Amino acid sequence: MRLIKASILVSLAAVLLLAPVVAMGGETLDAVKARGYLTVGVNGGLFGFGMPDEKGVWGGLDVDTGRAIAAAIFGDPEKIKYVTLTTQTRFTAVQSKEVDVLCRNATRTLTRDTDLGLNFGQVNYYDGQGFLVPKKLGVKSAKELNGATVCVLPGTTTEQNAADYFRSNNLTMKPVVIEQNLELNKAFFAGRCDVLTSDASQLAGIRGVAPNPDDYIILPEIISKEPLAPVVRHGDDQWRDIVDYTVLAMIAAEDMGITSKNVDEMLTSKDPKIQRFLGVTPGNGKALGLDEKWAYNIVKKVGNYGEVFERNVGEKTKLGIKRGLNAQWKDGGLMYSPPFQ
Amino acid sequence: MSEGQTALAERVESQSIPFWHDPSKRAIVYQAVALGVVLTLGYYLFAVTQANLQRQHIATGFSFIGREAGFEIGESMISFSATNTYARALLVGILNTLEVAVIGIILTIILGTIVGVARLSSNWLLSRLAAGYIEVLQNIPVLLQLFFWYSVFHDSLPLPRQSMNPLAGVFLNNRGFYFPIPVPHPAYARMGIALVIACVASYFLSRWSRMRQEKTGQTFPAWSASAGMVIALPLIAWAVSGVPTALDSPHLMGFNFEGGMLVTPEFAALLLGLVLYTSAFVAEVVRAGIQAISHGQTEAAMSVGLKPGHVLTLIILPQALRVIIPPLTSQMLNLTKNSSLAVAIGYPDLVSVANTTINQTGQAIEGVAIIMVVYLFFSLVTSAFMNWYNKRKALVER
Repeated sequence: MRLIKASILVSLAAVLLLAPVVAMGGETLDAVKARGYLTVGVNGGLFGFGMPDEKGVWGGLDVDTGRAIAAAIFGDPEKIKYVTLTTQTRFTAVQSKEVDVLCRNATRTLTRDTDLGLNFGQVNYYDGQGFLVPKKLGVKSAKELNGATVCVLPGTTTEQNAADYFRSNNLTMKPVVIEQNLELNKAFFAGRCDVLTSDASQLAGIRGVAPNPDDYIILPEIISKEPLAPVVRHGDDQWRDIVDYTVLAMIAAEDMGITSKNVDEMLTSKDPKIQRFLGVTPGNGKALGLDEKWAYNIVKKVGNYGEVFERNVGEKTKLGIKRGLNAQWKDGGLMYSPPFQ
Repeated sequence: MSEGQTALAERVESQSIPFWHDPSKRAIVYQAVALGVVLTLGYYLFAVTQANLQRQHIATGFSFIGREAGFEIGESMISFSATNTYARALLVGILNTLEVAVIGIILTIILGTIVGVARLSSNWLLSRLAAGYIEVLQNIPVLLQLFFWYSVFHDSLPLPRQSMNPLAGVFLNNRGFYFPIPVPHPAYARMGIALVIACVASYFLSRWSRMRQEKTGQTFPAWSASAGMVIALPLIAWAVSGVPTALDSPHLMGFNFEGGMLVTPEFAALLLGLVLYTSAFVAEVVRAGIQAISHGQTEAAMSVGLKPGHVLTLIILPQALRVIIPPLTSQMLNLTKNSSLAVAIGYPDLVSVANTTINQTGQAIEGVAIIMVVYLFFSLVTSAFMNWYNKRKALVER
């Protein structure tokens, strides 16, 4: 009996003494290196951004962003564990350290950047919300959509953007909110809704899988700004720098004309900017806490931003998306990198 | 306990034994310790979560429910627009969940009883059909059934411009089932009052007739009299108020129909899926309840000269209900909880609205807590009511 009492007391004391453990931030890079691989939160079902192909090989713009980070750290883009996340679980997974970085077409917004305890990195795709309608509806502009039934995918900024747009134009709408992409598309193609709204990049993908893609058009209005960016936790600035400069390195490489094909020749370039970028002149790697070859590895193993864009979502792919806002600054786009010095 | 034992127990009690040798006192101590451990653990989890959220600068608390929601909801029993608060949006979700749960439970009990009785029918074809119904619907996951019914609705029904129009003012298309409703008029409120009066009067009438039958043996047709009152009184109120007949009919305007009443394919698919699935289980519950009453009861009742109808209502059903009610309660709870699958087919129930709220505010813990509390409340209320009903129906031993 005394034994039982003692053990109860001990367990009670143990529970009481286990004060809330507060973990320290700032050590993500060490944790990743010690583990030997990077964990990346991805979409898993979005063609062109994050989805495994029929052989199970992951591909997409977001996936390549994750691979670039792994290449920068380990020199090997395959040292990754992918974690498929829904729109509902994605931010919690970053907060709870289930993933090191989230590359899952997440839009940067003020509340997400503050309230959620997250930091958004460098934008890797500038998107905007649009409308997909059947041609036979005879609609040429979103302003003609008064009273329309609108299919929406939940869990993003989409629902609020659509409501805002209709409200500010004095139009009414009836949303049909379906949680799964596949069911939503089916309902839209069957005519349950007059219009489907989502990010323009996704609309291109959905139109691509329509029974007859030519029966559908994307309306000219883009009603929101959707800067899609990788996400890290608050409070580890070094880790955030690594993620930021990985995306920026891909952009800078394209700007300087360095591709995965010519990167080895570029090592002998006389241009001091390229020498610094590729680590021939050391300094950048040490500043980030990485190997001096980090940018070389990104370009060699994954490619520059233009290559990654064309491979995953560009005009030769099923999505057929033009560079638009995602072109280099000198071509009229928004992709602009600070100097690597 | 015999008298000798009681005396012994009292004597032991008075000898002030240490409390750990007294099983009843020991039990109290154990329970207090268990409660303490649970509470401490709960507090520990709460404190850790709170500290972690604070450290990561994640907003906490329920203040968000007063903010503007900023999103639209497809169907609602109360008026709602994007300028209303999150609290009102969640209320819309709760009401939508209640709507499908209440209608679903009523239909399930009716359909389940019919199928359950049919399963026991001596008609071979009828009983086989009922068996097939139960086996098929019980064994297909309810989510698949919902997808099936939803795609049946939006694939097989025509687009709004080619709507089916079976009756004047009634339209059927893949946006839903539209039918006319009366234009608001004071007569309808009076009809409602008349209906309540009729129901109360019927209740007292049936009590009076039962008491009279117990005293004198004379029967009174309480059922037909009540039915007459329930139909006639509102009709009289309607006639007295001037026979309003104006209807608000649906008509095609722009992309969709306006006016009248609308049953959306999402609601219809959810209701149909839940009712068909759950009624298969209820049918088995009803069958088990009836089969639990031994055949001797029927024979005995018939031998004292009761008609077959009376055998069922006076002998079999009152006893079968005792067996049926507890598992029936759990089926009712299942239906309510399964209604959260609505998110998969686009019906804006509580879970769907709360998901949107969580996404826009990022406050997942609070959102999930609201969902859990609401479902817990629904379930506890349902089981409290059914327990009360069960006690009333339970065999009273004298």
